[in-house]
Amino acid sequence: MGYIRLKDIRVSYDNKNNILEGLNLDIQKGELVSLLGPSGCGKTTTLRVIAGFIEPNDGQFLLEDEDLTHVPVHKRNFGLVFQSYALFPHLTVFDNVAFGLKLKKLDKNVIQEKVDAMIKACDLEGLGQRFPKELSGGQRQRVALARALVIEPKILLLDEPLSNLDAKLRINMRIEIKRIQKKLGITTIFVTHDQEECFSISDKVAVMNKGVIEQYDTPEEIYAHPKTEFVARFIGFENFIPLKKKENHVYVGENGALFHVDNDVDCQSCQATIRPDDILVITSVDNKENILKGTVEVRTFLGKSYQYEVATELGRVVVNSSNEHIYESGQDIVLLLPANKIILV
Amino acid sequence: MRKNKALLIFSIFVFAFLFVPLLIIVVTAFGEAPTITFPIKGFTFKWFANVFKSKAFVDSLILSGKLALYATLVALLVGIPAAYAISRFSMKGKGLLKSFFLSPTIVPGVVVGYSIFQFAILKLHMPVFQGLLLGHFLVVLPYIIRVVGSSLEQFDFSIEEAAWSLGCNKVQAFFKVVLPNITSGISAAFMLAFINSFNNIPVSMFLKGPGISTLPTTLMNYIEYNYDPTVSAVSVLLMLATIVIMFIVEKTLGIAAFTK
Ligand SMILES: Nc1ncnc2c1ncn2[C@@H]1O[C@H](COP(=O)(O)OP(=O)(O)OP(=O)(O)O)[C@@H](O)[C@H]1O
Ligand SMILES: [Mg+2]
Repeated sequence: MGYIRLKDIRVSYDNKNNILEGLNLDIQKGELVSLLGPSGCGKTTTLRVIAGFIEPNDGQFLLEDEDLTHVPVHKRNFGLVFQSYALFPHLTVFDNVAFGLKLKKLDKNVIQEKVDAMIKACDLEGLGQRFPKELSGGQRQRVALARALVIEPKILLLDEPLSNLDAKLRINMRIEIKRIQKKLGITTIFVTHDQEECFSISDKVAVMNKGVIEQYDTPEEIYAHPKTEFVARFIGFENFIPLKKKENHVYVGENGALFHVDNDVDCQSCQATIRPDDILVITSVDNKENILKGTVEVRTFLGKSYQYEVATELGRVVVNSSNEHIYESGQDIVLLLPANKIILV
Repeated sequence: MRKNKALLIFSIFVFAFLFVPLLIIVVTAFGEAPTITFPIKGFTFKWFANVFKSKAFVDSLILSGKLALYATLVALLVGIPAAYAISRFSMKGKGLLKSFFLSPTIVPGVVVGYSIFQFAILKLHMPVFQGLLLGHFLVVLPYIIRVVGSSLEQFDFSIEEAAWSLGCNKVQAFFKVVLPNITSGISAAFMLAFINSFNNIPVSMFLKGPGISTLPTTLMNYIEYNYDPTVSAVSVLLMLATIVIMFIVEKTLGIAAFTK
C-alpha cells in the first residue's frame, strides 16, 4: 500500500477528450518519484490533481488511506514549486517564506526561527530583505523551494522547477533538491521532460504517454529494460526490428537471420530494440547469428563518435561508432547486435 | 541624423499644436477686458476672484468633485470583482460579457444620459444627486473594468495558486496576493475614472436638476450668456489641480502606474 495512491483517475477539461485516462500510481513514503513524458502527455494535469487544483472526473486520490479527492487546496498542506516560481512580487524573501507560517497563526518568534533556518538550509542567507525581482533565477528557485518546504508539507510537488535555469545551474539545483529532499525525508513528485534530469535524482520514474503511465520503475530498470516501444523511444532507443519467436531466446527476422536474445519475453511476434551506441560494426563474420548486413547511407559527426544511418535487409538502422574506423556512405558494413543489449518490446 | 531632425521638428509642431491653445487660455485669464481677447490688455486677478464669488461655480465644483469621487469609488467596488471574474473564470459568453461591460464607451454618452433620465428620473423619481451618481457610475465603470482587467491580465495566476497551496482560501488570497499586485492598475483606473466623471457633459446635461449642476454644465451655461475671462480662470484652476494631482501620483506611485 502506497503512502500516496492515485486510483483510476480520469480528467477531461472539455468533457469530450480524456486528458488522463484511468491513471494509477502508488508512491511510498519518502520517495522521490518523477513524472516523465513528452509535452502535453498530462504530467502537469496529474500534479494538479494531487495538489487539488483540479477535481478529477472519476477516481480517487488517497494519502495514507485518507480520501482527499475533494479536499480543497488550502486544506491539504502540500508544498508546491511552480515552473514560473510564482513568488509574491510585493513581499520580501523573508515574507515570501514566512507567508504559509503566518497563515497558520504561529507565534512570531517561532516563525522567525523557522524561516531563518529554512533560509539557511536553502543557501539564501543575507537575501531576506530583497524582493523577488532583485534575485537571480537560481535564487528565486531556492526561495520558491524554501517557501514550499517551511510549512512542513506532507508532500512536495515540483513542476519542471529547473526548466528556466541554464544547464550548469540545473545540475547544481537538482543535486540540491535531492539533498534537501533526502534530509527532510519528504515524499516528492517531480515533473520533467528531461530524461537525464529525471534519472539522476529519482527513486522511481513514471513514464507517461497520452494520459496513462506506460512504465513505473526505478531509473536503472527503465534504462535497461523499457517495457513498451514508446518508453524505449523516449529514452533513446532508435532501432526497432520486427522479429518472430523461434524458440526460447531465439528469434528470427523477416530475412531468416537468427537473433539470440538474453532477455526473453512472452511474445510470438515483437520488436527488437537496441541503442545506436550498443551496435558494433565488425569486419570479420565468424558467427552467423545476431548479424545484420547493410550499406551506409548517411554519416554525421557527433563529436566523440560518428553516427551512421545504415540500410539493412530489416530496415533502416542507426549506429554510433567510434572515430577509429570511418566508413564512407555507400560502403557495405556488417553490424553485430549483442544478445545482451537487445530488448524486446 | 537628418531623420532625427525631421522627427524633432515634427514633435515640436505637435507640441505647439497641443500647447499653444492652452497657453492662450492661461494668458486670457489675466486680461482686464470684459471679454476674452488675445493678446490681453492690462493684468488682473479679478476673474479668479470672480470664480470664487460665484455661488454657482463653487457649488458645482463641490458637486462635481463629490460626484466624481463617489461614482469612482462605487465603480471600483463593483468593477474590481467584475474584472477579476472576467479574467479568472472561463465561462460561457465571456466575450459577450466583456463587450457588455465596455458598451458605454461605444454607446454615446447622450444616449446613456437620456436612458437614465427616462428610467431613473421620470419612472423611478430618483433624486437628482442619486440620478447623477448612477449616470456617472455607468460612465466610469467600463474604464475601471478595462484598466484593472488589463493589469490582472499581466498577473501570473500561479502566484494566486501558490497562495492557496500555502493555506489561503480564495478570499484571503485575493486580498493578500492579488490586490497588492494590481494597486498601480487600480490607481490608474481611479484617476482615469475620476477625470472622466469630472469632465463629463452629456450624461450630466440630462440629469442635472434645479440648482444642482456639475462644473462642466455650469460652465456651458455660463458661456452661453457671458463671454468674460471667468471661464479661462476656471480652466486655469482646473489645469493647476490636475498638475498637482499628477505630481503627487508621480511622486508616490510613479508614472509607471499609467503606462502599465
Ligand atoms: N486548462 C486546460 N483546458 C483545456 N485543456 C488543457 C488545459 N490544461 C491542459 N490542457 C490539455 O491537456 C493536455 C495535457 O496537458 P498538461 O499540461 O498536463 O501537459 P504536460 O505533460 O504538463 O506538458 P508540458 O510538458 O508541455 O508541460 C494537453 O493536451 C493540454 O492541451
Ligand atoms: Mg506541464
